Amino acid sequence: MASDWAQEREWYRQMVLIRRFEEKCVELYSYEKIRGFLHLYIGQEAVAVGVMNALAAEDGVLASYREHGHALARGVSAKSIMAEMYGKLEGCSRGRGGSMHLFDASSRFYGGSAIVAGGLPLAVGMALADKMMKRNRVTVAFFGDGAVAEGEFHESLNLAALWQLPILFVCENNLYAMGTALRYTESETNLASKAAAYRLSAHQVDGMDIIGVAKAATEAVAAIRAGNGPVFLECLTYRFRAHSMFDAELYREKSEVETWKHKDPLLVLQKRLEESGQWEKIGADGIEKEVAAIIAEAVEFAENGTLEPLEDLEKFVYSPEVSA
Amino acid sequence: MSQTITYREAVREAIRKAMHDDERVFLMGEDVGHYGGCFAVSMGLLDEFGPERILDTPLSESGFTGAGIGAAMNGMRPIVEIMTVNFSLLALDQIMNNAASMLHMSGGQFNVPLVIRMATGGGKQLGAQHSHSLEGWFAHIPGIKILTPATVQDAYDMVLLALADPDPVLVFENPLLYNAKGELDTATAPLPIGRGKTMREGRDVTILSYGISVFKALEAAETLSREGIDAEVIDLRSLRPLDDAAIMESVRKTHRILIVDEGWKSGSISAEIMARINEQAFFELDAPMGRVCSAEVPFPYARHLEQSAMPQPEKIVASVHQMMEES
Repeated sequence: MASDWAQEREWYRQMVLIRRFEEKCVELYSYEKIRGFLHLYIGQEAVAVGVMNALAAEDGVLASYREHGHALARGVSAKSIMAEMYGKLEGCSRGRGGSMHLFDASSRFYGGSAIVAGGLPLAVGMALADKMMKRNRVTVAFFGDGAVAEGEFHESLNLAALWQLPILFVCENNLYAMGTALRYTESETNLASKAAAYRLSAHQVDGMDIIGVAKAATEAVAAIRAGNGPVFLECLTYRFRAHSMFDAELYREKSEVETWKHKDPLLVLQKRLEESGQWEKIGADGIEKEVAAIIAEAVEFAENGTLEPLEDLEKFVYSPEVSA
Repeated sequence: MSQTITYREAVREAIRKAMHDDERVFLMGEDVGHYGGCFAVSMGLLDEFGPERILDTPLSESGFTGAGIGAAMNGMRPIVEIMTVNFSLLALDQIMNNAASMLHMSGGQFNVPLVIRMATGGGKQLGAQHSHSLEGWFAHIPGIKILTPATVQDAYDMVLLALADPDPVLVFENPLLYNAKGELDTATAPLPIGRGKTMREGRDVTILSYGISVFKALEAAETLSREGIDAEVIDLRSLRPLDDAAIMESVRKTHRILIVDEGWKSGSISAEIMARINEQAFFELDAPMGRVCSAEVPFPYARHLEQSAMPQPEKIVASVHQMMEES
């Protein structure tokens, strides 16, 4: 079926875009074009792309501080994200947010939160508003395994289940909260079973396999839209790169990283497509070229961007006065 | 239209009016529904508006405050009630890292039209975890506004002013005022956020205050007037933004300043006001500025200790005496 491989080609393209975009970010970081924290998503691309695939334009998305991939998959332009990394006025947050605070109203992308689990109550409130106003929208909150230890995680799951809110919790379990393994921080490392205690529908899915993620997300979003309350999706995934640019990775064996690289979401999808004889059709070389052009354009856009004038420093602390 | 009602009724009437006028307004917090509000402010509202708009929450201050922020970002006008200021510390992450920062870190894309009401202040013998006055502390944070209604009129107006504001507004109500009666005029436009109000004109000294301390200042001013000292009393009303213009105008008029603040002295809003006067009107002063604040202790239970820890009219009078002697 032609439409099948077109879909998978698009998933592959989006994952390659995230991968190459972040590789370029690392390069630019070494040239000091990008500063601050830079948390790379490489290895986890199937989660953002697979979940975003299930959403409609009117749905809302919140993510954590490792959110370049989510922003790109949601359709925030590579240009505006790169300009944000450069601290330029043309950035998606006008250079006020940086890597950890990407925002874009037009795609209903609500950040970009750097307090672990701090975005979850917001997602609950967004879903509450939709339910109150009887809008048929879903709110998706992405967070890592580290968030599960926070009180706000538990408060949010309880509220969402109690009020039967249209919300999809996507826990990206990459096994490490910064440099501390899940087994050192959680009494129960099966996070879906922990979430299920709040009486919401909770599932584990292989987060390295985009076809599985997309299927689970599509089913979850359909159930939520049908009014069946919140869903919790634990995506088992792995971060290939260091936590941030300051991380020497002393807490995990190189062999562990190498083992997980055999499950690289790009390879997994490639294998799936090879098995079904569709790999050649998607034209991986063409995708690489297409993505390289997007990234080159984004870098040029950011390089040519403007710095916000210093006299505007205190703008956006409060809304502009509405004249009567 | 003018009527005499209690401060509690004024807050309730403002919430009722807002909920009738705007379907986006809803109230949520601990015990606001079936219990009728910890201080009975929301009594009857559950019956009137139903559980969809009067939401009893679990004891999850961070969770439901954050939910208020999210709902505000998604088109609603929530009123979040936090039982006491000490409990608001459990929601400080949401207030500081999300509500106050959202507009700026999103480059102006997402404002947060949220109202958070909470009880503040001591004097009820509730000990060290229910009695503090942290509104001055919250006033340190850019991105939020801090209102401290003292009068029945402001108890009403400030709920509506806060709801009309596009940004997060924290309203600090002192439970000792809930039974206080006063005039409510709903026909006149309210004094805007950021404007102080002169409660008593005077020539000799200005007492700057807010919240319940305004009444202590007024009582002290009466005592002083019997001694021939004519004190001006200003209700600051808003701690962020502060009404610098009104403060400096009064400095230029009386040349003596006493600040009464139920917060602790160190790093307080009273310190901030003194610093601003120093910056903007230092040469107008005839005497060193003074202040009456709470003793720097976690509030004690025993009545005599607690009362002694708080600003009182006698202390205000004594401080004015000292100031008059110094100049």
